[in-house]
Amino acid sequence: MTLTTRSGDARAERGAPPDRKPRHPGGRGRGRVAEALWGYAFIAPTGIGLAVFHLWPVLQTAYFSLTEWGYFGGHTWTGLDNYARLLADPEVGRALVNTLGYTALGLAGIPLAIVFAALLNQRGLRGAGVYRTLFFLPVVTMPVAVAMAWRWLYNGDYGLINHGLSLVGVDGPHWVADPATALYALAAVGIWSGLGYNLIIFLAGMQAIPREYYEAAEIDGAGRITQFFRVTLPLLSPTAFFVSIISVIGSLQLFDLVYVMAGSGPAARANPAFPRLQTVVQLFYDRAFVTNDRGYAAAIVVMLLLLITAMTAVQFRLQRRWVHYA
Amino acid sequence: MRKSTRFGAALLGVLLVVSACSGDGESDAAGGRDRITLSYAIWDNSQRPVMDELGREFTRTHPDVTIDVQLAPWTDYWTRLRAAAGGGAAPDVFWMNGPNFRLYASNGMLRSLEKEIARDGVDLSVYPRPLVDLYTLNGERFGLPKDMDTIGVWYNKALFDAKDVAHPADDWTWADFQSAAARLTDPAAGVYGTAAMLGSFQECQYNTIAQAGGHVISPDGRRSGYDDPRTIAGLRFWTDLIRAGRSPDLMSMTDTVPLQLFEVGKIAMYWGGSWNVAEFSANAYTRGRVDVAPLPRGERRATVIHGVANVVSATTGHPEEAWQFVRFLGSRQAADILGRKGPMPAHTGTQDAWVSAHPEFDLRTFVDAVAYGVPYPVSANTAAWNESELTHLARAWTGEVPVEEAAAGLAAEMNALLSRERS
Repeated sequence: MTLTTRSGDARAERGAPPDRKPRHPGGRGRGRVAEALWGYAFIAPTGIGLAVFHLWPVLQTAYFSLTEWGYFGGHTWTGLDNYARLLADPEVGRALVNTLGYTALGLAGIPLAIVFAALLNQRGLRGAGVYRTLFFLPVVTMPVAVAMAWRWLYNGDYGLINHGLSLVGVDGPHWVADPATALYALAAVGIWSGLGYNLIIFLAGMQAIPREYYEAAEIDGAGRITQFFRVTLPLLSPTAFFVSIISVIGSLQLFDLVYVMAGSGPAARANPAFPRLQTVVQLFYDRAFVTNDRGYAAAIVVMLLLLITAMTAVQFRLQRRWVHYA
Repeated sequence: MRKSTRFGAALLGVLLVVSACSGDGESDAAGGRDRITLSYAIWDNSQRPVMDELGREFTRTHPDVTIDVQLAPWTDYWTRLRAAAGGGAAPDVFWMNGPNFRLYASNGMLRSLEKEIARDGVDLSVYPRPLVDLYTLNGERFGLPKDMDTIGVWYNKALFDAKDVAHPADDWTWADFQSAAARLTDPAAGVYGTAAMLGSFQECQYNTIAQAGGHVISPDGRRSGYDDPRTIAGLRFWTDLIRAGRSPDLMSMTDTVPLQLFEVGKIAMYWGGSWNVAEFSANAYTRGRVDVAPLPRGERRATVIHGVANVVSATTGHPEEAWQFVRFLGSRQAADILGRKGPMPAHTGTQDAWVSAHPEFDLRTFVDAVAYGVPYPVSANTAAWNESELTHLARAWTGEVPVEEAAAGLAAEMNALLSRERS
């Protein structure tokens, strides 16, 4: 707290003219401290919640990643052993590749959301509310229910999708049991269920673009398509940037879909596509709660934390190339 | 961290006491005694009604004790139980199986019943010896056997008759089984002779391994048997059936579990346990169409024998009532109720009720199989190498690698895990 107060002082000194009168007539030091204390008091409920439920667990997890756990709790210090194991574990490598693949496929949902948002944003579109509701429905549906329904649709022998394909003479694969298709099948569900959320954000972004730009473009003779590429897209880039950050973080943490569609624990390993479906968070869950290898599981999520931080940092650096703030 | 763990445990203890006071402490107006609720965790949904009934039956003789049956599906049961036990909040009484027993008992999660058994003069000779031994660690008994199960071949009589195949004889062999599977397979109708399931070793692989003269784990629990050629022969039995098209492939079985296929007449012979009785007699399709035969003989006859036990949590707040309940569940009275409506009871002399409760099936098969039963393979940390079994053998089941190669990889990994158990 003192640190923040002092840096606040420093900024005030730098910015203030030398002959400035104290802002608080009741005495500079005490008034400012009291004001700061009130400020902290007001943010305390959130701050304490953040510290207790987020920061403390993060620190604890980092500590646990340096320990080994018994089956029912109790742990001993093992230093960097878990990280050495991590580097040599082929399952970790596979889970990383799968997770990154899923994340890349998930980004394909962003252009899709922009196109649908543009279509829904047309003036005079009839039933726009109905469409918006329909698109948003998967977002408010329980992920487990979504995954269950898709699991049935994807069934290789009796699923609706393959039945439809058989009508046109195509012999569909076992979507979530075939190593060649499993990851794509999973990503398709992820994109489908995330579409509504992205779409709503893009719609809001589009509606924030001032009408004057379009009028000016029209006067210059630009058609609807040109307007979309020259006006809408560039001015939407800050929104797209936000969505891409959220989407990447969400994809890297993929769990519920895989948990329901592929299962967990030993039984999931009877699925031949399991090596293509296992994600980092699912591996973490398996190690933490199925085999009770808590220390190793902690090391896995610390690795994930570093990965997310690195990916987000890279995205922030790259934004200078493509994001336009109006 | 030690300190915080202890603090956490203390906090949890306080919470438990508080919740015990608020939840269970309603005084009985008449007797002035406290009413107690015992939680009882089970994993089989089809046994839930009979477990509820046993709970009510117990309450009749112990009016101040109510049994709260808590169902966790098999796939989540051990995950949840381990988390609850680690947090000191395990159910008062719960089902235990062979693969997990040593893990729980050796880590002090179970309450030893030795004193109570001696005090109340409980006669353990009424249960099959292997089942009592399964739940004994260092001479101390931790559970009373509830039921037992052996494996048989459930077969669809209608499919046999349609293809004019003779029903399985009591002394049939692997060759008989394979030829029946070939004749029953009908690709045009989508019917397979059998299902080479990968996920349930107790129903399939462990039996054929023993029948081929192989072993999963050495008797002293130190070495894997998966590099033994006879063990591999027991595995190849199944991969050959898939390769010949007598069984759905692993992808099909992942999408639709073989049990479901059997219940709609798409699989003619299903290797299943005595516990499937409840399901097959409740299902309108299977009730009149299926029956059960002994497992075919390989080099020798064999079936895995296993049984569930009722155990008491080490942290229960009501050890005496919990013991009384476990004792009741192991009694002849409970076994009779169980036999009529649930799985094959472990109490000697009560299996007849179970057999005659379902005249539509030849359940004597399962009782007779006890005579040539082999114990379920376990070690101190069975779950660890159970995961390896699936990881390695899945590749042989898909045909990606030859079964010898997959088994060699499995044996090496299992040996490493077993040597870690001792360190």
